[in-house]
Amino acid sequence: MQNRLLSGDMPRSTVLALILGAILLCLAFAPFLFPGVRSVDTAARICIFIVLVASYDLMLGYGGIVSFAHTMFFGIGAYGVALASTHMGRGFDALLVGSASGALVAAALALVIGLFSLRVPAIFFAMITLAVASAVAVPVSQLSNLTGGEDGLTFQTPRALGPAFKFGDELFGVRLNGKLLAYYFVFVGALVLFLLMLRVVNSPFGRVLQAIRENDFRAEAIGYRVVFYRVAATCLSAAIAALAGSLYAVWLRYVGPDTTLSMELMIDILLMVVIGGMGTMYGAVIGATLFVVAQNYLQNLMGAASDAVAAVPVLPELLNADRWLLWLGVLFILSVYFFPTGIVGRLRGARA
Amino acid sequence: MSDPILKLEGVFTDIAQYHILQGVDLDVPRGAVTMLLGRNGVGKTTTLRTIIGHWRARKGRILLDGEDITTTPTPAIARLGVGFVPEDMGIFADLTVEENMILAAVSGPLDPNRLERVFAAFPPLKTFWRAEAGNLSGGQKQMLSIARVMAEERRLYLIDELTKGLAPAIISTMARALRDLKARGASILLVEQNFAVAKALGDHAHVMDDGRVIWSGAMAELAGDADLQERLMGLSVEA
Repeated sequence: MQNRLLSGDMPRSTVLALILGAILLCLAFAPFLFPGVRSVDTAARICIFIVLVASYDLMLGYGGIVSFAHTMFFGIGAYGVALASTHMGRGFDALLVGSASGALVAAALALVIGLFSLRVPAIFFAMITLAVASAVAVPVSQLSNLTGGEDGLTFQTPRALGPAFKFGDELFGVRLNGKLLAYYFVFVGALVLFLLMLRVVNSPFGRVLQAIRENDFRAEAIGYRVVFYRVAATCLSAAIAALAGSLYAVWLRYVGPDTTLSMELMIDILLMVVIGGMGTMYGAVIGATLFVVAQNYLQNLMGAASDAVAAVPVLPELLNADRWLLWLGVLFILSVYFFPTGIVGRLRGARA
Repeated sequence: MSDPILKLEGVFTDIAQYHILQGVDLDVPRGAVTMLLGRNGVGKTTTLRTIIGHWRARKGRILLDGEDITTTPTPAIARLGVGFVPEDMGIFADLTVEENMILAAVSGPLDPNRLERVFAAFPPLKTFWRAEAGNLSGGQKQMLSIARVMAEERRLYLIDELTKGLAPAIISTMARALRDLKARGASILLVEQNFAVAKALGDHAHVMDDGRVIWSGAMAELAGDADLQERLMGLSVEA
């Protein structure tokens, strides 16, 4: 059962298995374990970023394809849901139409970019994706009447996913309302997408991708059409990123260029993949969890630390909550320095 | 030498601005081992890579069983039944031995009988079946590299530098495996620096120099004529 769910791709390290199990439990029961708007919001973001980062890993870690257009696909999914919900009115049909068309558009765009540019060396492909991503981001922030411009779009999701919807009283002190349902909508969606990707990378298709990443000429000489596999991986990855974007839109009930299309977000994704460990899928889980938690709570932690050392000179200044980005940066440099193969690579290496 | 499995007619190949092959003509007879010999840098590896389509011939024709494959894409050539063992072995280090073998069988699942034969020829592959190929020793990697082309029936085997950098014990394992392959009627084009191995395995030989085939004939004839070897390859072979 477990083996089948994970497609035979076991964590292969006790520590890793424990960490993953803990993350899964925390996310599965987040609204009950950590009640509070902010912590549940953090948990939902973690779910969504796990999918987004894993889909990037599918391309980078398994296919060896460097792309900077991943946030564009993410944004397409998010805007798909936003536009459908705006124009069709709130409802699950709008969500379905929005996310399905978002995924299709993302895959189609990936197909076009891939066919045109996956034959050229990796660096050119990366540059082309960067150009396309910028070319898409600009009109999105300018076409105010369609996309809401820089302000983005606020829209309504199905009533059942809104805080006003109540389906019971309280369970363990948690209100049984639509927000809770929305969280589980995101959680289940993310879980299904993640298991799907795990299946893909462990399928014969995934093996060929890994072979191509390692030695593309050799893979061709065995009889695999490298361009076909690379394009397929890019399309799949784009479609899943778009679905992650749809989940994000459902959760936030808002889309805007900054939350879905920014270059900053792209760099965050890259960091999450690298910190977690490329080409492992599970790295996405750890990278995304660590990153999102740090992003949301490092500031508080530092505020507390700064107060605690208030009597010492200089230190409180360094630990001032406003310096959180500095420390986040230091943490990343250290983690890349000490875990060049990512946290998952490190944990698996320690076992061997 | 009638009805060869592979025929090269006046093949010219450039790599960047260098004219590496300058009109290679050669035949690979069916069901025999054909040696491609010559000093370093005369174009032996380039010839194999041109056949498989890694480099493209600027001029000339390459015929597999009479079918022109000069401009056929590499994966399609492979699926026509051309198995290629590159000189750098090119195994997939991140994948297990098993996964390497599964990938090598492009046209379907691995045949268990065939696998038994591979294990018989290369016992370490059975031992390390589920280990990552990157953790194998150099000799074992070469075994895997040969085993991969044995994963399926091929019409033609192209093997580059079978014994390069291998310990003598492993060289004889390799030679035995090829002899088996040959006994089953395989057609093999083999680039080999080790003249003793070439002598033991080869039926026919082509000697290259400066991007051309300068001598073709029976391997036995070449092996028995030290002057000829000296003249063609600058070798002074002891045995």
